[in-house]
Amino acid sequence: MTLPEAAGLGLAFIARLITGAQGHWHGSTPKAEQRIYFANHQSHFDWVLIWAALPHDLRAATRPIAARDYWTKTPFKHWLTREVFNAVYVARQRGSDGAAADEDPLEPLMEALRHGDSLVIFPEGTRGNAADPAPFKSGLYALAQAFPEVPLVPAWIDNVQRVMPKGEVVPVPILCTVVFGPPIALAPAEERRAFLDRARSAVIALRDVA
Amino acid sequence: MADLRALSVSQQVGLLFVVLFGLLGIVTIVAFGKSLRDLTAEQTALRERFARELRALWTAAVVFWIAWVSGPIGSTLLFGFVSFLTLRELVSLTHTRRADHRSLLLAFFVVLPLQYVLVGMRLINAFTVFIPVYVFFAIPVISALANDPFRFLERTAKIQWGVTVTVYGLSHAPALLLLDLPRYRERGAFLVFFLVFVVVAAQVGEEIASRRLRRRPVARAISRSFSWPAFGVGVGVAALVGLLLDWITPFAPLASIAMGAIAGAAGMLGQFVMQALKRDAGVRSATGALSVTGAVGLLDRLAPLCFAAPVFFHAVRGYFGI
Repeated sequence: MTLPEAAGLGLAFIARLITGAQGHWHGSTPKAEQRIYFANHQSHFDWVLIWAALPHDLRAATRPIAARDYWTKTPFKHWLTREVFNAVYVARQRGSDGAAADEDPLEPLMEALRHGDSLVIFPEGTRGNAADPAPFKSGLYALAQAFPEVPLVPAWIDNVQRVMPKGEVVPVPILCTVVFGPPIALAPAEERRAFLDRARSAVIALRDVA
Repeated sequence: MADLRALSVSQQVGLLFVVLFGLLGIVTIVAFGKSLRDLTAEQTALRERFARELRALWTAAVVFWIAWVSGPIGSTLLFGFVSFLTLRELVSLTHTRRADHRSLLLAFFVVLPLQYVLVGMRLINAFTVFIPVYVFFAIPVISALANDPFRFLERTAKIQWGVTVTVYGLSHAPALLLLDLPRYRERGAFLVFFLVFVVVAAQVGEEIASRRLRRRPVARAISRSFSWPAFGVGVGVAALVGLLLDWITPFAPLASIAMGAIAGAAGMLGQFVMQALKRDAGVRSATGALSVTGAVGLLDRLAPLCFAAPVFFHAVRGYFGI
């Protein structure tokens, strides 16, 4: 076992110890196929929680998205995201941090999907603390258009905002669940806004299942 | 009996576990044999519930065995971990606010370990006052420092209560293991066994009685099954089991009956209180379908012990005047 693997197992263990990280599958099964998971976003902990809730075999092929400027700043952050989580780095703004001015911010995601990797994305774009998730940004639509054959699996993360509220650094042990729902797909000729709203309600619908 | 007395203490305790695991093994094999027959849907549901309870019993038995084998440090660590899981579940079920964050951190990462360290070091006096006196004082201070007056009393009360039940209450189980009684050294395992057995017997007795008697529940909004006659049967069963187990205890027979009744009653009432808490939190059924995040059923199973252990512990100390 390599050090990143051990670190990954250790992190998953800690996440489970603190939150339980129970994964509930309603309408989809944990299966080793290429997928795009999309979920509500309330805490820095969200990614770790989804990752720990996935079965061990699926973790290696499921990658998070990380902001390049923040997550490559220190050697440790870079190592953690690159070696342990195998993150896909994106530039937050066009033309910033060395990325070419004309590069599409979604290009690294498309690249990862072409390789056959699964992705976890938070289409709200930023962490929210309202009861309902914010309107989804259009990245999910672009990915669904470019890869119509990849199932889009919605996920609802419950309770995580209580584990680590904004501004705190130590998590409180509180049980959280991740509910994975039935996959959705882009309908032919479906409009961008309509699709994004449908995706958002697919996530919200899972709240009542949890 | 004379042969039994000739054995050393650890051999006697070992024998106790052999008998316990043997009984569980027989029940499991019989249950497995019965499960091979064709069943109606209702029977299958019943069978599944039974299988779940049996698994819980196995887990509990193994936990107690490990606690005994691993000595004072091991048992303290083990019960500390169980306490952690139980407190985690309780906190998940209650509504806390952002300002409670620091108090909760205190509860989980300072109070809980310290309480079990005190137990492990056999500092009986320190561990009986640590939470009711010092933590009772510290939690509201930390909460007040968080600068949020909204429902202040309610929030601090919840945390204090949760810590008292899941940490303070449960820590009395390993404390019993480590209690040094006159002429009863190193036999704490028998006391824990007595406590658990009596509490479980009371629960089973009450459950069966409430089904057979079908009396009016005392508090329908909280529990459909809890009635005074069933409670009385439970206490009676606990007292009887206490008498039957008299030979493993340091008590006189009459005292065994009383101890059994006290522990059994405390356990049933504790269970009843926990049902009220779960109703408040919106959990529909005690076991079975999960309706909120956080309900994993550990709290249900440990609640009787959490409530009965301190009462039993102090009854024992009172009996010996120590």
